[in-house]
Amino acid sequence: MSDELAGVTDPNVLDPSEDAIAEPIGSQEAAADHPFHRVPADEARLERQTGEGAQELRTREREIVMTGGTWPVDELGDTMVINMGPQHPSTHGVLRIMMELDSEEVVRAKAIIGYLHTGMEKTGEELTYVQGATNVTRMDYASPLSNELVYATAVERLLDLEVPERATWMRMMLVELNRISSHLLFQATNGMDIGAVSMIIYGWREREEVLRLLESITGLRMNHDYIRVGGVAADLPDGWREHVLNTMDIVEAGVAEYDALLSENPIWLERTVGIGAITTEECIALSITGPILRSTGFAWDLRKAQPYLAYDDVDFDVIFTENGDVFDRYRIRLYEILESVKIVRQCVANMPGGDYRVQDRKVTPPPRARIDESMEALIHHFKLFTEGFKVPAGETYTAVESPRGEIGCYMVSDGSGKPVRMHIRGPSFYNLQAMGPMVRNSLVADAVAIVSSIDPILGEVDR
Amino acid sequence: MADEVREPDHEGEPEAPAPPRPVEDRPSDEVAAALCDRFADAIFFESHGQSVVYLDRAHLADAGGYLRDDEQFTMCVDVTAVDHLVDGVRHAAPGVAPERFEVVANFLSHTRNRRIRLICEVPESDPSVPSLTGVYPGTDFAEREVFDLFGIRFDGHPDLTRILMPDDWVGHPLRKDDPSARVPVTFKGDPRPR
Repeated sequence: MSDELAGVTDPNVLDPSEDAIAEPIGSQEAAADHPFHRVPADEARLERQTGEGAQELRTREREIVMTGGTWPVDELGDTMVINMGPQHPSTHGVLRIMMELDSEEVVRAKAIIGYLHTGMEKTGEELTYVQGATNVTRMDYASPLSNELVYATAVERLLDLEVPERATWMRMMLVELNRISSHLLFQATNGMDIGAVSMIIYGWREREEVLRLLESITGLRMNHDYIRVGGVAADLPDGWREHVLNTMDIVEAGVAEYDALLSENPIWLERTVGIGAITTEECIALSITGPILRSTGFAWDLRKAQPYLAYDDVDFDVIFTENGDVFDRYRIRLYEILESVKIVRQCVANMPGGDYRVQDRKVTPPPRARIDESMEALIHHFKLFTEGFKVPAGETYTAVESPRGEIGCYMVSDGSGKPVRMHIRGPSFYNLQAMGPMVRNSLVADAVAIVSSIDPILGEVDR
Repeated sequence: MADEVREPDHEGEPEAPAPPRPVEDRPSDEVAAALCDRFADAIFFESHGQSVVYLDRAHLADAGGYLRDDEQFTMCVDVTAVDHLVDGVRHAAPGVAPERFEVVANFLSHTRNRRIRLICEVPESDPSVPSLTGVYPGTDFAEREVFDLFGIRFDGHPDLTRILMPDDWVGHPLRKDDPSARVPVTFKGDPRPR
């Protein structure tokens, strides 16, 4: 050993091909024989470290050896419980995860929710059916139009109301635009959580274009209150076709960029492939829907399986993969953007004419022009927006495919102007149950990637 | 599986098949018909084109097991509850004895691509139903939510704790006699106790 060390100190003997790390830096003998600093910087060494090719990665022949005992892995299974969140940046809001750790491995994880509980279902019972959409749209704030759609369809089913064809197609186009913006948000935050930090810029860039389009149609970037009982709030604005088609081109170009940036990136693959794998059986047992279920090889999508709106009349594919890991969930959401682009383009091409809301005066306010000339119309308008309309007693459950899975609305009416019960089956709420099995036996850093790949929106989890 | 774990003390005796109903009385939906044959007190109701079966609350978990094992209802999509304390018009299927609470479970069959809904009437005096978690583990969070917000116990649930409200909360917010704004808003620096 002492010969070896002497050899290293002599610059003439030092062979550049033999990496200095090849010998144990901190082994017991070396520490005993040698002071803390191994070698003073010398010319040859300096040249080797700064010369051409010095930055290339060389395979190390031996790992660094630690002195002072082994890493404290307790044989008795002594574990430590730590909390991640609720203020952790990668918990997508205020999710708290209690993790039982064995060194850096997660033994068990439990989601603690409720930090964003604002009693929206209680509020929904105190609002009229006209006001209700304003409430539900704030639940899943990344895809508000899906919430409005499921709420509106539930009320319409209780009323036995048929929505005009144009309103149906407008709803479908808007919900798909919203799916695009939601999945772009996922690409941005998922990239940032896993370490591809520039994704937050790119994802936001394209999402902003979609939100700008939604603003031009609905008047608001988020929380639109646009899909209302009986149709939608307003007709499409002038020049919407060009705006939609331009935005779709931008989105497609963006998706191609993400694909090029991430899908074959070795660091990305290292962080995502095989991480947080889950099977179809586990998903179905845990009531998990949406991209997580589809990532396990089960092509279940309510848009295809139980078509609503006009999904029968458009051509699109259900994206599914086989492995059920973080990478597959990333890939599914990426390609679902392209499928949604396909649907939106077909909506633009086939948008029917006609009314954008039913002409049933029970649920639709009279046109603005009528209010100026008719006292009855004014009274009608006033009553509709103060008292709302009455819905016959009954109960129903409707479900649509939101970007996160099956969002459902269970509504009970007692014949008055406000629902007795307005329950939203939030897909994130159920999908969060998958976190436990996914995180088990993974590293803490992977837990961040897994939670991100579930894509929970805490506004909907806690409601 | 559910056949073996069935509790013996349930009234209605699901073990012994009820006498078959007259043909004209049988529901048009075959799953609902099978449920009605199996559980004597089950009542079929078609609600806006959806199949709903009202049944005794003691049979909820058994019916869930039957739906999963024999009728291929692979997923319990949702469990929730309703408080009918102050209803104007109390909605219930004809023949159902209305109680204050209803526990509602929605089931989905991926293979048959259809849904069914089970509703149990739950009295105020003993708000409890058997838990579905043994059959459908995915109802874990939902049953905790119903327990938290309605105070309905799910017997057999492995971890029946509050999920949305703080652990030391008093009351169940979604009950109709628990009005909103019961707790005044506390502002920062408010000397009064929370």
